[in-house]
Amino acid sequence: MAISREDVLHVSKLARLELSEAEIEKFTGQLGDILDYISKLNELDTKDVPPTAHVLEITNVFREDKVDAPRIGSIEEIAPEFHKGHFRVPKVIE
Amino acid sequence: MDFETIIGLEVHAQLKTHSKIFCGSSAAFGGAPNEHTCTVDLGLPGVLPVLNRQVVEFTIRIGLAVGAKIVPSCRFARKHYFYPDLPKGYQISQYEQPICEGGEIHIFLKNGEERIINLTRIHMEEDAGKLIHGDEIGDASHSFVDLNRAGVPLLEIVSEPDLRTAEEAETYLRKLHTLVRYLDICDGNMQEGSLRCDANISIRPRGTDNFGEKVEIKNMNSFRNLRRAIEYEEERQRATLEAGGQIIQETRLWDDPSGPTQPMRTKEYAHDYRYFPDPDLVPLQIGKKWLNEVRRKMPELPDDKRERFQKEYKLPLYDAEVLTAERDLADYFEKAAGAAGADYAKLVSNWVMGDVLRVLNEKKADIENCPVTADHLAKMIGLIGDGTISGKIAKSVFDIMADTGKDPETIVEEQGLRQITDTGAIEQAVADVLSTNPKETERYKGGEKKLIGFFVGQVMKATQGKANPQAVQEMLREKLSG
Repeated sequence: MAISREDVLHVSKLARLELSEAEIEKFTGQLGDILDYISKLNELDTKDVPPTAHVLEITNVFREDKVDAPRIGSIEEIAPEFHKGHFRVPKVIE
Repeated sequence: MDFETIIGLEVHAQLKTHSKIFCGSSAAFGGAPNEHTCTVDLGLPGVLPVLNRQVVEFTIRIGLAVGAKIVPSCRFARKHYFYPDLPKGYQISQYEQPICEGGEIHIFLKNGEERIINLTRIHMEEDAGKLIHGDEIGDASHSFVDLNRAGVPLLEIVSEPDLRTAEEAETYLRKLHTLVRYLDICDGNMQEGSLRCDANISIRPRGTDNFGEKVEIKNMNSFRNLRRAIEYEEERQRATLEAGGQIIQETRLWDDPSGPTQPMRTKEYAHDYRYFPDPDLVPLQIGKKWLNEVRRKMPELPDDKRERFQKEYKLPLYDAEVLTAERDLADYFEKAAGAAGADYAKLVSNWVMGDVLRVLNEKKADIENCPVTADHLAKMIGLIGDGTISGKIAKSVFDIMADTGKDPETIVEEQGLRQITDTGAIEQAVADVLSTNPKETERYKGGEKKLIGFFVGQVMKATQGKANPQAVQEMLREKLSG
């Protein structure tokens, strides 16, 4: 198995996902299968192949430094909660 | 036990672009909450970031200035964490391959010693939004998010743990402040958070090589607070170790104004950022041509200017450092020194470092809007030089210039401040002072030579400060010895 139960617990904690016991079992198996499948690529000899940072063979795509973004008509409408110009979120304390 | 402090600084500098790093929203400070936002910085689904070319150019500028290696190819990475100031759930930053590696910053300490502080790296990233907690908005049970700052371009400048004292750290930060302002890439406004600083601090018994457990301190928004926070933290760590305790690796928050650092996040929250290359952005390549293009547009750097001031104007290191801390101040000095003439360079320096800076401070003005122009200052110094006014009277002339913006010659004429060179008038004043102070005259003749100062003061008072104090003293000695 390419992934342990502890890995699944760690990743779910980082992703803020609460998993049931059954789900932990299920995902440990499924994620393991995915990693096993992908690890087929390790059979290839990539000694002389430079790491790929991007699948497209293009570089240096820029925008000029101009303020030209269209404003969204009403942010309030797309915000789950909005109050006095701000997004309202559960209280977080630094 | 004698401990040594080890400090590394992480400085964040907001770049002075018009628009944000990956979209065309305004990067200006302020604005109504969430006014400077668009689909990209709000992190709406399906949008794509596109890199602002100016951000790269600014970064190359500082990379060249500190002698860093600017890599031919780099990329952006996603740094994941959950916090409401970050709508995408990740920050676009640089990880394995930053744009600049190495480089160094030269600082001079108060005792004149030069220290070279090595840089680890400089990388580009986007700033996060602003969170407002509690009842400022009239709802203490929630937090509020303003995303105007989200996506504003930032440089992260990371030093090696080369700093040893609070003074060195403060001097280093001041130098970076000077540098980004010279390069015109950041406004350096610490109150608005354009330049921010986190410090990693550990202590170890002097003479040992291993690093102690380090503590990260955040939230120091002024030079003074950086210094105070480090001084507090090294003392806290020393006391802990001496009491047989242990330093825990943690992040502490500098809590101004109450002072001491407070623990912020415990190890439980230690981050696992799951960095990976951002597939939405293509790799960045920087060729020689681009580097040369930027190099051609580089201004004279603070270190070069300081050295030139020391040579060209024969100024002491301290003067040259103060005068070149800001490009505009250096320009003002050069203009005044040029007009006054090389012989007066040191005198010009004294006036600029003293009265000019004082007046700017009092009037809350910038050097560009200094009420006393460089030409007027030079003219006034010329008047001291040719004996028209004394140095003492010059102080009054300067203050009148600062209040009225008038030409110094006009002020001298209008106020009748010309130095008395007529010996007859001085002689008369000396005789009057001696005859109205018979007791002191007796005591002086009896050996109390210190009283000469008293007599000079009286004569200067009688002549409204317009007599040449040197001449007055000579004349007094002559009269009193007779």
